Amino acid sequence: MTRLHDMGGRYGDGPVVPEPEQPLFHAPWHKRALAITLAAGALGKWNIDVSRHARECLAAKDYARFSYYEKWMAALADLLVETGAVTRDELSGQAAPAPSPLGAKRLAAADVATVLATGGPADRASTVAPRFSPGDAVATRPIAANMLVDGGHTRLPAYAAGARGRVLRYHGTHVLPDASAHRLGDAAEPLYAVAFPASELWSHPEHPRDEVILDLWQSYLEPAA
Amino acid sequence: MPHDHSDHDHDHPHALLPPEPALRVKALETILTAKGLVDPAALDAIIDTYESKIGPRNGAHVVARAWSDPGFRTALLQDATAVVAELGYYGRQGEHMVAVENTPDTHNMVVCTLCSCYPWPLLGIPPGWYKSDAYRARAVREPRAVLADFGVVLPADTAVRVWDSTAEVRYLVIPQRPSGTDGMDEAALMDLVTRDSMIGTGLARTP
Repeated sequence: MTRLHDMGGRYGDGPVVPEPEQPLFHAPWHKRALAITLAAGALGKWNIDVSRHARECLAAKDYARFSYYEKWMAALADLLVETGAVTRDELSGQAAPAPSPLGAKRLAAADVATVLATGGPADRASTVAPRFSPGDAVATRPIAANMLVDGGHTRLPAYAAGARGRVLRYHGTHVLPDASAHRLGDAAEPLYAVAFPASELWSHPEHPRDEVILDLWQSYLEPAA
Repeated sequence: MPHDHSDHDHDHPHALLPPEPALRVKALETILTAKGLVDPAALDAIIDTYESKIGPRNGAHVVARAWSDPGFRTALLQDATAVVAELGYYGRQGEHMVAVENTPDTHNMVVCTLCSCYPWPLLGIPPGWYKSDAYRARAVREPRAVLADFGVVLPADTAVRVWDSTAEVRYLVIPQRPSGTDGMDEAALMDLVTRDSMIGTGLARTP
């Protein structure tokens, strides 16, 4: 079964409210939340899949009521304690913050430009051979679930589970989030863009020619007739 | 099969922080700074990067070049990562880029239903609506109704392709070049390229 973040196709959220290109941040603390999250990530105690999963693991009531950057802050606090970078007593103010040996990895102001410009590519060499080619008919897993960890992270949204589509393009071999989010290694495997007719996903598609494209790992897919 | 430990952790550590968001962020920054894990000057540098250096003008540069230079357009559609990196647009949340081109036949639109993945080196930090539940929930099921929220109505025979960014591949929409722009140079064309037109929730401006 899925979690609250997996909201594609959900009803009841009301209109999308467009915004001008500026201002980018709507409160001073938003900027700080963004920067602290990126700086703490540079300590190297977790990867992007672990941090996504930490946000997804917020209690459903918190995920629903927190704004975007509140989710980031809550997940960051949880990760800092989980990885031992900060103690619960330091977080609550019951203990004075003690200097950390991890401080050797602190992101220096002078290195910010380089770190942001370097990023973290997700393509890796893999021994898993591509099973599909563009044009092939495929079907997704019938249930959108992590096959390695019950209740774990996956990037197959529930709305696209058990659906038939066709491979549009091959992206190469990429880190498998279902493994990486649980520190089970990169487990890189072929990744494809797969196109699904809207009529395959929705009971009342808006238009007969509309499609939804998802990037899906090979282990999410089976051949379809 | 192992079970996800987080589900047993009903006592999330974040609850130990002050609940009010601005105080919560301040408390975290104070603790991390005191522990030597975060340098406030580095935080300022990160904020400055996304406020004044990286934003939708980068993407507009790429689109205007694609409109002006057929060889660039072909290369961009073939290998966007390499082509935009040559212009200096590479980095966090833009490590694997794909450019998709709008035509009279097909309109492309980008969403991330599972979180808020977005091509940062080309468009900067995503706008609030892109991160909203309404956009994440509705863009895949009723893209035309979402476009209507932006005042965009497509011709009846145009197909919509919605790209749900479920992996680390980031998508840049190349909007259609507006008519009446034949003599315009790259700099003038850039001014017609809006952020929303590169996400696919808008069209390029007409001069």
